[in-house]
Amino acid sequence: MKSHIFSAIRLTLVLLALCCIVYPAFIWGIAYFTPSHGHGDMVEVNGKVVGYALIGQSFTADRYFNGRPSAVGYNAAGSGGSNKGPTNQEYLASVRAAIDTFLIKNPAIKRTDVPVELVTASGSGLDPDISPQAAYVQVPRIAKVRGISEDKLKALIAQNIQGRLLGVFGPVRVNVLQLNIALDHTK
Amino acid sequence: MHAEIIGVVATFIATVLLAIPLGKYIAKVLAGERTVLDFMAPLERFFFRVSGIDATREMTWQESLVALLTINLIWFVYAMVILMIQGSLPLNPDHNPSMSPDLAFNTAISFLVNCNLQDYSGETGVSYFTQIGVLMFLQFVSAATGVAALAVVMNAMKERTTDKLGNFYNYFVKTITRILLPLSVIVAVIFLLNGMPMTWEGRDTITTLQGDTVQVSRGPVAAFVPIKHLGTNGGGFFGANSAHPFENPNYLTCIVELVSQSVLPMALVFALGFYLKRRKLAVMIFSVMTIGFLLLTISTVMLEMKGNPEIARMGIDLHSGAMEGKEVRFGAAISAYWSILTTVISTGSVNAMHDSYMPLSGMNQMLGMMVNCFYGGKGVGILNFYIFIIIAVFISGLMVGRTPEFLGKKIEAREMKIAILIVLLHPFLILVGTALSSYFAAHDTAMGYWFSGKASGWLSNGGYHGFSQMLYQYTSSSANNGSGFEGLSDNNPFWNITTGFVMILGRFLPIIGPVAIAGILAQKKYIPESAGTLQTDTATFGLMVFGVIFIIAALAFFPALALGPIAEHFSMH
Repeated sequence: MKSHIFSAIRLTLVLLALCCIVYPAFIWGIAYFTPSHGHGDMVEVNGKVVGYALIGQSFTADRYFNGRPSAVGYNAAGSGGSNKGPTNQEYLASVRAAIDTFLIKNPAIKRTDVPVELVTASGSGLDPDISPQAAYVQVPRIAKVRGISEDKLKALIAQNIQGRLLGVFGPVRVNVLQLNIALDHTK
Repeated sequence: MHAEIIGVVATFIATVLLAIPLGKYIAKVLAGERTVLDFMAPLERFFFRVSGIDATREMTWQESLVALLTINLIWFVYAMVILMIQGSLPLNPDHNPSMSPDLAFNTAISFLVNCNLQDYSGETGVSYFTQIGVLMFLQFVSAATGVAALAVVMNAMKERTTDKLGNFYNYFVKTITRILLPLSVIVAVIFLLNGMPMTWEGRDTITTLQGDTVQVSRGPVAAFVPIKHLGTNGGGFFGANSAHPFENPNYLTCIVELVSQSVLPMALVFALGFYLKRRKLAVMIFSVMTIGFLLLTISTVMLEMKGNPEIARMGIDLHSGAMEGKEVRFGAAISAYWSILTTVISTGSVNAMHDSYMPLSGMNQMLGMMVNCFYGGKGVGILNFYIFIIIAVFISGLMVGRTPEFLGKKIEAREMKIAILIVLLHPFLILVGTALSSYFAAHDTAMGYWFSGKASGWLSNGGYHGFSQMLYQYTSSSANNGSGFEGLSDNNPFWNITTGFVMILGRFLPIIGPVAIAGILAQKKYIPESAGTLQTDTATFGLMVFGVIFIIAALAFFPALALGPIAEHFSMH
C-alpha cells in the first residue's frame, strides 16, 4: 500500500508533465501554423474586426437578416440553450408569440412558410447559421426597408449558401454574419 | 432531409470500419506485442524508473485494485485542492473565482470517475490552469484507468489457472502513451484546421456589425476536445459543450467528434476478440450492443426529424425538425444520433440540449445510460456487459440443466452474489436518488443549507418533465455519463453532494465487481470445452444476454420512465 502511494504520486507528476505541458504545448505550436494562429477565425470589414465567423451575433434590426433566438442573447461570454421541455406551456406560448412577431414584421409571408429554426433557440445560443429557407422568407421585408430588388437579394443568399460536406453530408446553411456583411455592400 | 440521414449512416459505418483495425492494435498493445509505436518504450521506461515501478512484475487482482484505487485517491486530492484555489493560480485571464467546497467536491469526483457532470459553466467557472492541468489531465487518466481495469479482466479470461494478471501500471501507462495521446494529437490537428481556437488569451471584446458590444470566451480548446471524446469523458470546455461553435465548428468536426467518442469503445470489443483469440465471442458481444444501440437510435432520429407536435399545431414550417436546443449546422438527424451515442457510451458530451428533445427521445437517452453497456464507456462498458454475461450464463445454465461455465471456468455462488449486487446497484442509486429529490420537490420543502430556496426551484419545467429532469440527473451520475437535462439548477450543495456520492459508487463498485469476479474465476481450474458445455458465442446466447439486459435494466426503470417521459409523451397527443 505504502509503496503504491509513493509510486502513484511520482507517476502522477510525470504524467502531468506529459499530458498537461508537453501535449498542449505541442498542439499550441501546431496552432501557430493555422490561418488564425489558434485565435479563431475573425471577420473584418474595411480593416475593422466585426466578429468571429463561427460565433453568431444578434441581428434584430429589420434591415438585416435576423438570426435565431438565443437563450444567452448572443453574448459569447457564456453559452447555452433555453432548456425548455417540449410540452412546457410557458415555452410554447413564447414560441407562439415569436411566430406572431415574425408575421407582423414580415406581412408578405404565410404562416406555413415560417421556418421552425427562426422561432426556436439554438443549443449554444451562439448559432451562426440559418437555413437558406430562413433567409429567403426575410427577403420581402429587407427589400422594402433597403429598397433593393428581391431578385438581387435572392442572388445574394444563393451566393452565400454553404453547401453540404463533400456535397453529400449534412444540412445546407447560410452564415448570418457573412450574409449581412455582403448585404451592407449591396446597393 | 435525405442528406442528413446519409451523414448519420456514413458516420456509423466509418466508426465500425475504423474500430476493427484499432481493436487489433489495442489487443497487441495490451498483450505487449510489437506495434508501430514501440518508439514510446524509452519514455515509458523512464516513467516507470522515476516512479519506482517494476512494470514487468505481475499483480494479483487484489493488488491491481489497490493500485487503481490508490492512484485515483491521489488524483482526487490533487483536483480538489486546485479547484478550491484556482482563483489565485496563474493562467486565469478571465479572473474566474475559486470553487466552493461542494462544487469542487462534485467537479473533482465527476472528472475523476470519467463522468464529467458539470455543475459549473466552463466560461465562468474554471481557469485555463484548471481546464488543462486538472480536468484534461483527469480525462486522460480516468479513461486509461478504465482500459487498464478491462485489461486485467481480459487477462483473467485466458484459458489457464493463475492469480497473476499482468501489471496494472503497465496497462495504464501504455494506454496513455500508445493509444490516447497519439490519437488526441491527430484529432487536434483536424480541429485546428477547422477553426477551433487554441489560445491562452482571455475573453475578447468585439463590436458587432449591428453595433452591440459583446464578449467572446476563448481558450486552449483544441487540446481539450480530442481527449474529451477519445476518453468518453464528455466534459465541455464551454457551457454549451459541443453545441458551442468553438467546440464544434462544422459538420466535419461533428463527424470527427462522433467517431472519436465511439471508436474506442467499439474497438475494445474487437480487442477482446483478438486478445483472447475468440472472434466469435467478440462478434456476439458487438452484435448485441449494436442491436440495442440501433433500436434506440432509429426511433430517436425519426422523432427528432419529425419535430415537436405541439409546434406542428401552430401551423409553421417544421421541415428542419425539432430545432429547439439544436444547431443549424448539424441539423436534427445527426443531433439525434449524437444524443443516443453519447448516452449509450458514457461520454455525455452534447451537440444539442437534451432537455429540449422530444419526451421519448429523452427516454431513449436515459435507457442508454440505464443499460450502460451498449458499447459503454472506456473499458467499463465491457465490464458492465461482462456482468450481464455472467448472469446470462448462470440463468441459461439453470434453464438447460448444465453447469454454468464461461470460457472454461465454473460460475458459482460467490461470483453470482457479486454480479447481482453490481447489477442492482445501478437501479438502486438512480431510483433512491430520484425518489429523494422528488419527495422534496413535490412537498416544496425549504432546503436550508442544501439549496437557497424551496425545492421546486430546482426545476425549469413543471410536471412530468420536471420529474424527468431529476431522473435524468441521477441516471447520468450513476452511469458516469455526465450529460444532463441542463434546466435543472444543480450547482448547490444538495445536487453537488448527492450526485457526487452516486458518481463514486457508480464508478468504483462496477470496476471492483468484474475485476473480482474475473480474478476469482482465473484462479479456478480450467475445464476444457466438451459437448456438454454451454456455447457462449452463439446468436442464441446473444439473445439470452439481450433478454437479461432488457429484464434487469429496462424493466427495473419502467415505472420511473412511465411517470416521466412516457406520461409526457401521451400528454402531447
